[in-house]
Amino acid sequence: MKVFTRRRLVIGGGIVGAGLLAVGFWFARERDRLGSRTLFNVKPDQAGLNGWVKIARDNSVIVAIPRAEMGQGVQTALAMLVAEEMDARWSQVRVEEAPDDVVYRNVEILIDALPFSPEETGTVVDVAHWAAGKLGGVLGVLATGGSTSTRDAWLPMRTAGAVARDLLLRAASRKAGVPVGELSVTDGEVRRQDGARVATFGELIGAVADLSAMPPPPLKRPSEFKLIGKPLPRLDIPAKVIGAATFGIDVRMPGLRYAAVQNAPTFGGEALSFKVKGELPKNIDKVVIVPGGIAAIGSSWWRANKLLNEGVEVQWRPGPEPALDSASLWKRYAALMEAGQAALTRTLGEESKPAKSRQIEAIYQAPYLAHTAMEPMNCTARASRNSVEVWMPNQAPSLMRLAAAETAGLKQQQVTVHTTFLGGGFGRRAEVDLVRQAVTCAMAMPDQPVQLLWSREQDIRHDCYRPMALARWRAELDTAGPTPKLASVAKRQVAQSPSDQFGVRIAGLPAQGSPESNAVENPPYAFPFYRLEAIVAEGSVPVGFWRSVGHSHTAFFDESFVDELALALGKDPFEFRRELLAGKPRHLKVLETAAREAAWGQKLPAGSGRGMALRPSFGSIVAQVAEVAVNGSTIQVKRVTCAIDCGPPVNPAIVRAQMESGIVYGLSAALYGEITLKDGAVEQANFPDYDALRLADAPAMSVHLVDTGSTYIGGVGEPGTPPIAPAVANAVFAATGKRLRSLPLRLA
Amino acid sequence: MIAFTLNGEARKVDAEPDKPLLWVLREDLDIVGPKFGCGVAACGACTVHVEDAPVRSCSISIADVAGKAVLTIEGLSRGRLHAVQQAWIEQQVPQCGYCQPGFIMAAVALLKDKPNPSDADIDEALTNICRCGTYSAIRRAVHRAAAILSGAS
Repeated sequence: MKVFTRRRLVIGGGIVGAGLLAVGFWFARERDRLGSRTLFNVKPDQAGLNGWVKIARDNSVIVAIPRAEMGQGVQTALAMLVAEEMDARWSQVRVEEAPDDVVYRNVEILIDALPFSPEETGTVVDVAHWAAGKLGGVLGVLATGGSTSTRDAWLPMRTAGAVARDLLLRAASRKAGVPVGELSVTDGEVRRQDGARVATFGELIGAVADLSAMPPPPLKRPSEFKLIGKPLPRLDIPAKVIGAATFGIDVRMPGLRYAAVQNAPTFGGEALSFKVKGELPKNIDKVVIVPGGIAAIGSSWWRANKLLNEGVEVQWRPGPEPALDSASLWKRYAALMEAGQAALTRTLGEESKPAKSRQIEAIYQAPYLAHTAMEPMNCTARASRNSVEVWMPNQAPSLMRLAAAETAGLKQQQVTVHTTFLGGGFGRRAEVDLVRQAVTCAMAMPDQPVQLLWSREQDIRHDCYRPMALARWRAELDTAGPTPKLASVAKRQVAQSPSDQFGVRIAGLPAQGSPESNAVENPPYAFPFYRLEAIVAEGSVPVGFWRSVGHSHTAFFDESFVDELALALGKDPFEFRRELLAGKPRHLKVLETAAREAAWGQKLPAGSGRGMALRPSFGSIVAQVAEVAVNGSTIQVKRVTCAIDCGPPVNPAIVRAQMESGIVYGLSAALYGEITLKDGAVEQANFPDYDALRLADAPAMSVHLVDTGSTYIGGVGEPGTPPIAPAVANAVFAATGKRLRSLPLRLA
Repeated sequence: MIAFTLNGEARKVDAEPDKPLLWVLREDLDIVGPKFGCGVAACGACTVHVEDAPVRSCSISIADVAGKAVLTIEGLSRGRLHAVQQAWIEQQVPQCGYCQPGFIMAAVALLKDKPNPSDADIDEALTNICRCGTYSAIRRAVHRAAAILSGAS
């Protein structure tokens, strides 16, 4: 048994275990992540100022973006960091994909991913050696996840901007014969103190070339920010409203072939052999076995998919649990709840035995969930004898490169990965199943690019799911006095571990039997005594990172039970939470903001109710109040009020959009989301039976950014999701007196 | 060969007659604005106009559009953004953006039919799926586009 005390385990603690530490130390200083001036694909008529920014003759400022744009606004937010310190004008800023270099790798995700407490030096060293051996030269990962991008970039990219400004000033000084001290960069050009222009950026591309970079100048104080903190327009939107943004599925090149896939019906299965009925259609090149399934390749994806559905007989080797169904899984989990050995036990506070007490207990459950990103899963690859090139909407280019190299039997240096726009990611696009299949197809079609695409049915039936989870909360109330008091709380929770499985899937690492760390984060409340026992379920159903990962079910369990505790103690859920947060001013302010803005306590019509939930995650604190109207068995979420403290917001419009996004994503799951199993396979197939919230059912939402004085850069991509399910469940209770302890929330 | 009009131009394609319009556009004509989302007309990402009416192009065969006029997001703005696209930028609607061509085409059709739509009209007409949850921004943008089209600034 290993005790995990790190709070977050984001992207496969096991695998990244190694380089991780090394990188963390390497990059202790921002200047070490500046990168050389030739690193960032510098073309004629451009000058590189460091690895993160180049200027062009047309005065544009081009910022290197090493993170995946999947809707979270990362291109805009990261470019703002550079533009701010450089004093660039926003309209001159453009972005380009960064090349693969160690300076761009996400250090924060690795630090976050470390599944070790600092005192566990023995384990850290052991695992580091082991993983370093396994992964060779991979030190760190190019990856987008865990709501880490802005936190990771906050200092390095601002430093890059400051260094760039310094270079431009010195170049202008030399060119114009004016002392540097009399110049400034203002609104995207170099000016004298009287405002007269000395040089545009474009006029300096020759002059900067002769200068060497100096140590980074000091960064601006927050009070000096001109761009950071402003709701600047997003850079990616103009292309997205004219249909010109290139997603993975839109990659086109001469000679492109299309591949459709049928995956093995049961998890872990493989195709053993196949037989095409009759002649191969004229627009189909071939049918091949790929990892986990079978693919048809041709000049039309539609035709290839039709062939797989109607014209190929496959002999499948079933996976390890071909008879699995949801009912038997829940029984297995119930048995683990009773008698399973905890992989992690944690206590907080002092346990005491009241003279007289009453116990309350509640059991909660959450189902498997699919991601259903709007853009179905795809990957384009071209394989030559000594190289592989991949174009893919993905969240982890380093891992795609690793998997492509392994599949092709090449060195990682022989693989190039291009990241397109992502039509949604939500954690699904950190997985390597698609790249393995695409490279396999590409190797069957040497020198020809092949675009492999899954149908929506394949996406829903062959996802890496948000784990199903079972929790049992118990509380002991001290009833010795005139009014009952809370004496202690204890939770046992059963779920598979996505991070454990991820390590197995990516690099074949042995499972460590460790729970997903963000599924076992402590609630923020000062309970007199808290005990957690986390049991890791084994099983063949693939589980992965789903927007907010373990928080998505744990927040439902914890925040529903806090409401039940309030009821048992005869207290208002808001007042009860306030009492338990007395020592946490940030959390308190966020909760109070949400309550105030939602008019907590004001009367609602019969059949309506308000519910609240609070969940810190990924460095931010979010509270939400949901207002529901219940009509028969229909739950209508009318309004959601959301408060967030994410530290200094880089772009408040994007923070608001991400909160709304997280709420809608979480509501789809809370109201409809359920993946069930029968005969070892997923029963749902497409949106008609795995639906998403639509416009008519979307609540009115208001988002409030709370300044608590925190300077920590919190994430915003995920923290909006966890509180919504419990907020709605608590509101349904307020409206109806019915306590829903199972997701999705159903009254009938 | 099947002939139809695409974004104002006469086109002929050699495709299997039962091939859905979406895949003819994407595979045979390199028109990739209409997106594949579900293949069963459930999500609306593939929405285009056929004879000015919104159609889910994954579920209509190329044979069924023979001789008809098809408009995709690529043909919506000729030199100048359509009011709906302007409103989409003003209201900063897209996040990942994948579903937005479908939403924009559905919104353009709605506004042609009902120049000043109510919230209920919007609910009824825009049944597409957006997994990023841009719905409240879409609602604002449709009202804004209606205002632009009616001549308000």
